Amino acid sequence: MALDLGVFCKNTLDGEVVDHCFSALFGLGQNADPSYLDWLLKAWGWTLAVAGLGLLIALVLGAAMGTLRTLPDTGRSSRVLVRLSTAWVELFRNIPILVQVFLWYHVIPAFIPPLKAFPSYWLVSIALGFFTSARIAEQVRAGIQALPSGQRAAATALGLTTAQSYRYVILPMALRIVIPPLTSESMNLIKNSSVAFAVSVPELTLFAMQAQEETSHGVEIYLAVTLLYALSAFAVNRAMAFIEKRSRIPGFIAPTNDAGAH
Amino acid sequence: MLSLDLSFYNWELFTNYILKGLLFSVQLTVFATVGGIIFGTFLALMRLSGKPSLAYPAIFYVNIMRSIPLVMVILWFFLLIPMLIGKPIGADLSATITFIAFEAAFFSEIVRAGIQSVPRGQGFAAEALGMTYGQNMRFIVLPQAFRNMIPVFMTQTIILFQDTSLVYAIGAYDLLKGFEIAGKNYGRPIETYILAAATYFVICFSLSKIVRRIQAKVAIIR
Repeated sequence: MALDLGVFCKNTLDGEVVDHCFSALFGLGQNADPSYLDWLLKAWGWTLAVAGLGLLIALVLGAAMGTLRTLPDTGRSSRVLVRLSTAWVELFRNIPILVQVFLWYHVIPAFIPPLKAFPSYWLVSIALGFFTSARIAEQVRAGIQALPSGQRAAATALGLTTAQSYRYVILPMALRIVIPPLTSESMNLIKNSSVAFAVSVPELTLFAMQAQEETSHGVEIYLAVTLLYALSAFAVNRAMAFIEKRSRIPGFIAPTNDAGAH
Repeated sequence: MLSLDLSFYNWELFTNYILKGLLFSVQLTVFATVGGIIFGTFLALMRLSGKPSLAYPAIFYVNIMRSIPLVMVILWFFLLIPMLIGKPIGADLSATITFIAFEAAFFSEIVRAGIQSVPRGQGFAAEALGMTYGQNMRFIVLPQAFRNMIPVFMTQTIILFQDTSLVYAIGAYDLLKGFEIAGKNYGRPIETYILAAATYFVICFSLSKIVRRIQAKVAIIR
């Protein structure tokens, strides 16, 4: 089965081979007809944009919810917050990501009209962010609970309030412990961004489906898309490894806790 | 605020549209779990065998399945299977084969962790008693490993049930598609998406509560 990689230099409008395949990228150069390679790279950009925005939302919300789940029982308000964050995690873990994307895209803008003004990929990013935030919340909670209980006791003994003890004692250590699971969550996020095809965000999976129909060179198209997904995941992995190295505390061996597959 | 009218959701709607999708989703989950555990055990044993000719293909396969999005795997199989067998294939059968192959990779990681959690002394004692590798695996190691891994298997099955909604990509008729078509036919897409989310939530949440209860009972006290 021979692979025809020349399909990438074909014009998307009429199938002719584009003259300057690489210099025609992004409309540079004399011949500005879009080739499949051009379309592929733009789709990759969309994937990274959706995933990046989703990751931002997920980190902020996930860290917040994970922290709230570990609040000590100091009265009614802390119990309410613990229950709220538990409900949040259970809600977003038990609904499939595709269903959540449909909810954010079709259902919630009907209830919150200002959301209708958002571009569609923002809504997908929000859906991805909320879905992943539930998983990140669980990992942040595990990270906080991995710290010795003496840390909290010492913080209280020093006269720090709950908020101060989290800010200065618990979270700096817990967030460092959590970086390895966060790496795998970020890689999962890149993979989960593929569900954006269902709401016509022009990212890699939609490109794969449409280009495969147009050119009927499915194997080459799918190979390129797969390669770009693997490359993106690898890049995220290396970026997180760099962050972990830079934020390492000398002499502190984090208790590792691998929770299995997926 | 939008007013929701859920009155159209009756037994007739359920049996006409949604039951078929629910049965397909459940069937897909069951096949993928059983097939995934069987092939996953083989993959795990290949990886732990210590022979590079067996271990490296297994590692390669598992890493590939873990690094590609599931939607892409579904699309790949939907493209390749007709190419390989020479005639077109339905979305349902393609989805089943895809999910068995995909979940085998994830279950193999679980089984591998389970086998490695059995104390090594068990294997040495089996060898001292004169058991072969096969007898050791069958009577000593795998029973203990599987008992440890039952809660993790069930959690993976719940995740798998959620992932079956992704067969939307090839148009297979699963639970989500059933709700969507019902919504289009009755002209109420918003209510049906909410009902779909609620259905998935109720099923997955109940199952995860059951898993938690089983986890307490199954643990081996050492």
